[in-house]
Amino acid sequence: MMEGIRRYFWRALFVVIMAAGAWATYLRFWGGLGAATNLSDQFPWGIWIGFDVLCGVGLAAGGFTLAATVHIFNIKSFRPVVRPAILTAFLGYLLVVVALLFDLGHPYRIWHPIIMWNPRSVMFEVGWCVTLYTTVLFLEFLPVVLERLKWHTALKVMKAATLPIIIAGVILSTLHQSSLGSLFLIMPNRLHPLWWTPLLPVLFFISAVATGLAMTIFESWHSSKAFGRQLEYGLVCRMTRVLAVITAIYLTLRFLDLSHRGALSTLNQPGFERWMFGLEIVLMAVPMLMFFREKTRQHPLAVYLGVVMWLLGFVTNRMNVSVTGLERSSGVHYFPKWSEIAVTLAIIAAGFAIFRLAAHYLPVFEEEHEEEATTPAGSGRIPTLEAARVPGD
Amino acid sequence: MARALLFDSTLCIGCRECERACSEGKHLPYDEKIAQEEQTSARKLTAIRTHGERFSRKLCMHCLDPACASVCPVAALEKTAAGPVIYHPERCMGCRYCMVSCVFGVPTYEWNSRLPYVRKCDGCADRVAGNEPTRCAEACPTGATLFGDRDELIAEAKKRLAEKPDEYYPRIYGIEEAGGTSVLVLSAVPFDQIGYPVNIEKVALPQYTWAALKHVPDVVVMGTVLLGGIHWLTHRKEEVARKEGRS
Repeated sequence: MMEGIRRYFWRALFVVIMAAGAWATYLRFWGGLGAATNLSDQFPWGIWIGFDVLCGVGLAAGGFTLAATVHIFNIKSFRPVVRPAILTAFLGYLLVVVALLFDLGHPYRIWHPIIMWNPRSVMFEVGWCVTLYTTVLFLEFLPVVLERLKWHTALKVMKAATLPIIIAGVILSTLHQSSLGSLFLIMPNRLHPLWWTPLLPVLFFISAVATGLAMTIFESWHSSKAFGRQLEYGLVCRMTRVLAVITAIYLTLRFLDLSHRGALSTLNQPGFERWMFGLEIVLMAVPMLMFFREKTRQHPLAVYLGVVMWLLGFVTNRMNVSVTGLERSSGVHYFPKWSEIAVTLAIIAAGFAIFRLAAHYLPVFEEEHEEEATTPAGSGRIPTLEAARVPGD
Repeated sequence: MARALLFDSTLCIGCRECERACSEGKHLPYDEKIAQEEQTSARKLTAIRTHGERFSRKLCMHCLDPACASVCPVAALEKTAAGPVIYHPERCMGCRYCMVSCVFGVPTYEWNSRLPYVRKCDGCADRVAGNEPTRCAEACPTGATLFGDRDELIAEAKKRLAEKPDEYYPRIYGIEEAGGTSVLVLSAVPFDQIGYPVNIEKVALPQYTWAALKHVPDVVVMGTVLLGGIHWLTHRKEEVARKEGRS
């Protein structure tokens, strides 16, 4: 009974969000950006760039973090989460492209950077990286589809090309995760000193790596709920530890940079910037402290809450860089119009729905079996998660 | 020879002839109501702004190394040798990064158009290339907006500052701002009092992004070597085991 109601609720919510998104889409493409957004000459970038693109690409960072962990660093225990991470990354990028189509004034010209070059432009580099990386993610995900279709020859060919594809993917991700930060380097006087720093590319990169891990934990938590499987605590525990360490590095660097630039004194100035800054830091620092504690790591719900908090901290940071930090110098206050929010929600909802479908119909949460002779062949159970349990952790 | 404009705000009487000439030359509507707007927009490429009894002019500053041209992913904005920064609408995808990056807040957008373009003063590039003055300079009845060679205009501005030190605030706006601009401004009062942003870096802004961007090839090369090497190291043990098992 409860289960039925819950399912009905989520479906109804999905339909409502999609309907609102459809109406907003009509407004956007019929009436133009002016009709569908609160953007202006003073504030030309809103949440479609700040949330859909900046956060979207960051939240898809699990793909390269885990591909590198498993395939390059050969840490086998993380293998079970590589596929869901790559699927998320692939969907994430596709949805970022969809979001861009909404935001661009001339969406049908999205291919222009491929032939109209300006190598001095960070955006040009981001455009190329995203194009190439989406292709790489497609190739990385392809084996899952080939496996489902049982096309073994094609699968073998793909396997031979794995290493170069993985390396290309990691490099492309490194480049554009950091370049999303570089986008804001051009505005040293416009972006608030709490966020403008020459280290923006480095900070964006490190926080993207951490977000990749956080998203992977988030997903395995949800998929274990949705598909009625045990959550592999050993693995999650190890990931939260790594997350805590990376966050510590990130926050240390962040504060060293702030103090070296003398930006901490701006915290004395009144204004909402310091509160948004505080929120961003707290949302990252609290989960870090939680995950340094053995007890918290053992508690699934605490792990989940910590990870969600971290992800919110990440989103707050990206929104601060792209919206909060630019408001003061622009002289206007920007708050998204309902239609901007509707499009964003619809894109997120579509992401969840496609992920669920893919996870249902494709072997996303299964191990690659051919080369993994070590996997115990439990007939009815899904072997991977059990096999991946790290002894003694 | 790089051409430029010198706007001497002490000579401006706020007659808005520059606005009218600009709008007429660009086939934009111009009437009493539009004249009242003190902001530039997609339909008003230059604007006279009132600050008490003083006037200032807003128009594209035509930076020597413009941020807008450096950030545009498709090179839709271009700094011409003659001075003006021009826009190629047929390349533009509408990402609006040029608008975000401009310290002077110059590029504007056709927000209510279904297929909008960026609009800004193009420095009358069509005329300047033939060494004709810009429409605004030609229309100015008091000589507040002068057209000429940038170096000569700087010399002229310096002469004015030296001759009438009491009437001018002792600086020429546009020599160093954002690495230098092709629009120079003189004022009787500090520039922020007549609406010009003053906390602008003295270096060309594209340097900030280039500092990061120039490392891209290094990341690619070092990354490939590093990742390949780590892969080789971490998989070495298995390889050895496999070989030993076989032999």
